[in-house]
Amino acid sequence: MKQDIHEYLAELEDIPGTRVFTAKRARAGYHLNQFAMSLMKAENRERWKADERKYLDEWPMSADQKAAILARDYNKCLDLGGNVYFLAKVFSTDGLSFAEAVSTMTDMTFPEYRDMMLNGGRPAAGNRSIKGGY
Amino acid sequence: MARITAGVASSHVPLLGVAVDQGKTRDDYFGPIFAGYDWTREWEKAEKPDVVILVYNDHASAFDANIIPTFAIGCGELYKPADEGWGPRSVPDVEGHADLAWHIAQSLILDDFDMTIINEMDVDHGLTVPLSMMFGTPDKWPCKVVPLAVNVVTYPVPSGNRCWALGEAIARAVESFPEDLNVQIWGTGGMSHQLQGPRAGLLNREWDNTFLDLLESDGEEARFIPHIEYLRETGSEGIEMVMWLIMRGALGRKVNRLHRHYHIPCSNTAIGHLVLEPA
Repeated sequence: MKQDIHEYLAELEDIPGTRVFTAKRARAGYHLNQFAMSLMKAENRERWKADERKYLDEWPMSADQKAAILARDYNKCLDLGGNVYFLAKVFSTDGLSFAEAVSTMTDMTFPEYRDMMLNGGRPAAGNRSIKGGY
Repeated sequence: MARITAGVASSHVPLLGVAVDQGKTRDDYFGPIFAGYDWTREWEKAEKPDVVILVYNDHASAFDANIIPTFAIGCGELYKPADEGWGPRSVPDVEGHADLAWHIAQSLILDDFDMTIINEMDVDHGLTVPLSMMFGTPDKWPCKVVPLAVNVVTYPVPSGNRCWALGEAIARAVESFPEDLNVQIWGTGGMSHQLQGPRAGLLNREWDNTFLDLLESDGEEARFIPHIEYLRETGSEGIEMVMWLIMRGALGRKVNRLHRHYHIPCSNTAIGHLVLEPA
């Protein structure tokens, strides 16, 4: 092995405002992500839209995970093991574009976020490392 | 004998598919993005590849959180566009090349790459958007496709070096296929983008262009970029660029650049596009 696994995993946690989808998160979020995945089927989307709470209760998710989904608190979902490609099934069902949904995880409104992207996006400078501060 | 005649790299942002499907490709927002693909669409008409080996990642469409193959090759006859939450894209079904795909799968396994073999799956924007960018809106795609799906979602994803070596092994596999086929290999995804968390929206024009430069050179440096560098410099989803290294590894040491395009932004993402041929 080229790099020590503990060192490798520790580095992944050193990026500001980012939850890298590690095995630990994948385990914690398994049922949350599988729930989101189920919304790829039109008939499941209909049942979900008819009664979100009832639909969620069919899944062995934690109370926190269910609350985060109902609140569309995507940062919280990431903290609880959600992955954005799975969560995309939820915001697509809501009719949100990827950019609009992503903007809700930042401290900007969607128009502010869109402007930032048109102006070249968020710079890497100052956003690369928590410990290093560069 | 089959031969790899060219490599193509391209972003596969889902919004590009929306622009194609809604006829917006020449508006103020999308015009400059699609203009950078005009050259390639004409070139593809002349090249007429028989098969494209299309390296992409599935975005929780064919594969859920249950089974996570690092490298999976589609060996089926036909793939349908996936329903990603808003109904399937109305693009043609994707025809596989089962003979070549099975040959590559067998060759790779004998060459120490333990591939996952997929017989049936739906293909999402990761695969259909590049087809739209390169071929426009035909009634039927003009070539067969061998899908090669890479896990770039759940960590650890494969290293750049491993991706490069897989590309080299794919080239060996194609060269040993007896039928006379014009084969292209496409690496898709990227460039810089982050779709999650408070750091979402990160783009890095300078890093992306250095990466493009490296792919045009012998690529040795690009091959050994560690995951953490992609993550820090290009955002959490910029890691998709390891898939470009599979394409680049398949082309050999020296390449000629035929076309290059870069544009910021498309939705949350920096668009990069490169056409290379083995020198």
